[in-house]
Amino acid sequence: MGKKVALDGNAAAAHAIRQINPDVIAAFPITPSTQIPMTVSSFIADGLMDTELVTVESEHSAMSACVGAAAAGGRVMTATAAQGLALMWEILYIASSMRLPMVTVIAARALNAPLNIHGDHSDVMGARDAGWIQLFCEDAQEVYDSIIQAIKISENKDVLTPVMVVMDGFNTTHSVEVWEMEEDERVKEFIGEYEPKYPLLDVSRKITYGAWAPPSEYFEHKVNQLTGIIRARPVVKKVGEEFGKVFGRSYDCFELYKLDDAEYAIVMMGSAAGTAKDVVDVLREDGVKAGLLKIRMFRPFPAEEIKEALGNVKVVATLDRVIPAGAYGSPLFNEVRSALYDAPKRPMVIDYIYGLGGRDIQPKHFKEVYENLQRIAKTGKIEKMLDFINIRGKWGK
Amino acid sequence: MAFLNDLAKRGERFAPGHRLCPGCGQSIIVRALLNITDYEIVIANATGCLEVCSGLFPYTSWCVPWIHSAFENAASTIAGAEAMYRVWKRKGRTDKDIKFVALASDGGTYDIGLQALSGAMERWHDFLYLCIDNQAYENTGVQRSSASPFGANTTTTPVGKVKRGKEQRRKDIMSIVEGHHIPYAAQASLHNWRDLMNKIKRALDTKGPTYINVLQPCCTGWGFPPDMTVEVARIAVETCAWPIYEVVDGKVKINYKPKKKLPVEEWFKMQRRFAHMLKPENKDLLGRAQELVDEHWEWLLKREAAGL
Repeated sequence: MGKKVALDGNAAAAHAIRQINPDVIAAFPITPSTQIPMTVSSFIADGLMDTELVTVESEHSAMSACVGAAAAGGRVMTATAAQGLALMWEILYIASSMRLPMVTVIAARALNAPLNIHGDHSDVMGARDAGWIQLFCEDAQEVYDSIIQAIKISENKDVLTPVMVVMDGFNTTHSVEVWEMEEDERVKEFIGEYEPKYPLLDVSRKITYGAWAPPSEYFEHKVNQLTGIIRARPVVKKVGEEFGKVFGRSYDCFELYKLDDAEYAIVMMGSAAGTAKDVVDVLREDGVKAGLLKIRMFRPFPAEEIKEALGNVKVVATLDRVIPAGAYGSPLFNEVRSALYDAPKRPMVIDYIYGLGGRDIQPKHFKEVYENLQRIAKTGKIEKMLDFINIRGKWGK
Repeated sequence: MAFLNDLAKRGERFAPGHRLCPGCGQSIIVRALLNITDYEIVIANATGCLEVCSGLFPYTSWCVPWIHSAFENAASTIAGAEAMYRVWKRKGRTDKDIKFVALASDGGTYDIGLQALSGAMERWHDFLYLCIDNQAYENTGVQRSSASPFGANTTTTPVGKVKRGKEQRRKDIMSIVEGHHIPYAAQASLHNWRDLMNKIKRALDTKGPTYINVLQPCCTGWGFPPDMTVEVARIAVETCAWPIYEVVDGKVKINYKPKKKLPVEEWFKMQRRFAHMLKPENKDLLGRAQELVDEHWEWLLKREAAGL
């Protein structure tokens, strides 16, 4: 039986890592993910796990060592945030292109400048096309559960693609919550053993990794690399269901909250979805047909399922926690709106940006969004395609 | 001690058919590495000439496990592989004695890869870092690196109407490496194959991080005929522009002292990149280049004499 514990998101990640006991971790401290390698170090110091911890001199070297270790052959993990993920960027593509399974826990945080250590999705969105599977978590329980599932997803023989498990910096990393920790043995049994397919350390095979591909070869390589991440879609669902059978908490690529008959829907990811659900409940009591679509798997993007889930909604608001300077819309807006383009009854979609650099989003803000959606449904007019939640002053002039 | 008769009978682990330039010394160095030892070798290769010329898909010259990731991370890539090897050993997944080698040129070592190299040495990974030093970014077309010597004419320090080549001295990478107090560091030259191979063997037999800096005369970048590579390396050592020495437990041992130290001009004469240094109006440059060579050589002699 699992046990209820009261610990924060970073501790949830550290305990999942302890139970997974990966062969190698290469990590570098950065707020707000620092507690993950710190706690893991104390677990190793106390003999609770025997991972080789490579305490690298930068995140660039962290991801490089992860690539070296994963190619050598074995289970590899790391954790980072913000500037750290940005510094890893070059090597993220190499990890995914070499089809190396590994799991990186991200404490999503704002990017400089100005310096800000608090939560938003700027860092992760910068890596959204790096070929990694991205799973966004709402709370500590989801972080713990998703890290365990991510090992299985990443190592699936049809997938062999690295996974980012994303939680919101401070909102989730540093909030103490009650969640259920499973028994060590049952977690180990769930993830099973990993047999690397092409280990460098199998010296009899003399594998070459990272050859260079001229124009006559490169394009096919890149298209073939898509196979793994596309195949991840059913695997994420299947592993989420298996997890539910064993531990009683099932997962899909997204979560539909009171969306069946909803006329007004918010689409979002991460910790603020919890607040949105409370607001939906309150509005439902007042007879407003509000609903929520919380996306868990942003990469690969589950477009078909989303098209179906939002097919009967009148107006949709996407809430992004990143500012994509110069783009027509925010990442979630563009994906959702594009997915809906050929839906039989296409809802109107508007774009909101919230929570940059740790700015609060409160129930009243969600209420305002739902009020705006009702107004648009009534008048058929969209006044602002893009708006910012909870900021001072005017913008756009 | 290596004997040519024995070495010649060993199998090749770097296949012919690579695309290195005619006259390039990199294959000489790599074959020395793979030929001298019976250990299983796993290599992480930085981006550069050697990498692009030995692993063009779908071909590979490497008859050993080999990974290329990026330019600046050969040391951190091999560090990850070596960490995984410790796990394999501990868990009984392998019974092989495997040695880990990072290969990079001067750009990937002195410049963009310096941080990763420093980190991997400080963390005491069990690996050899072999820098194939051709004194410029040759792969991208002969741009200056911090390994380029004073006065060198490169494509980013070109000799023009007002500029006269590289204005700074070359970085002393050996001193930086030495600052990590690693058990073995050496500088070698490909013309002296026995010295080079003995150094590689000693480094591979040493536990912990080791470093070897090998001069690789680049005929296309430096400007000399492709049949002169070994001779250019030899004269670099005879002029003391490239001293060959070891640092073991913090003590310098010079492996070769020329009977008659040649003026650096003799080395410059062989290479287009220093042609301007020999003109009468640039006498001051030549004088300064000689000073820098002498200063470093005398410092090494003093250290050796003092047992430091």
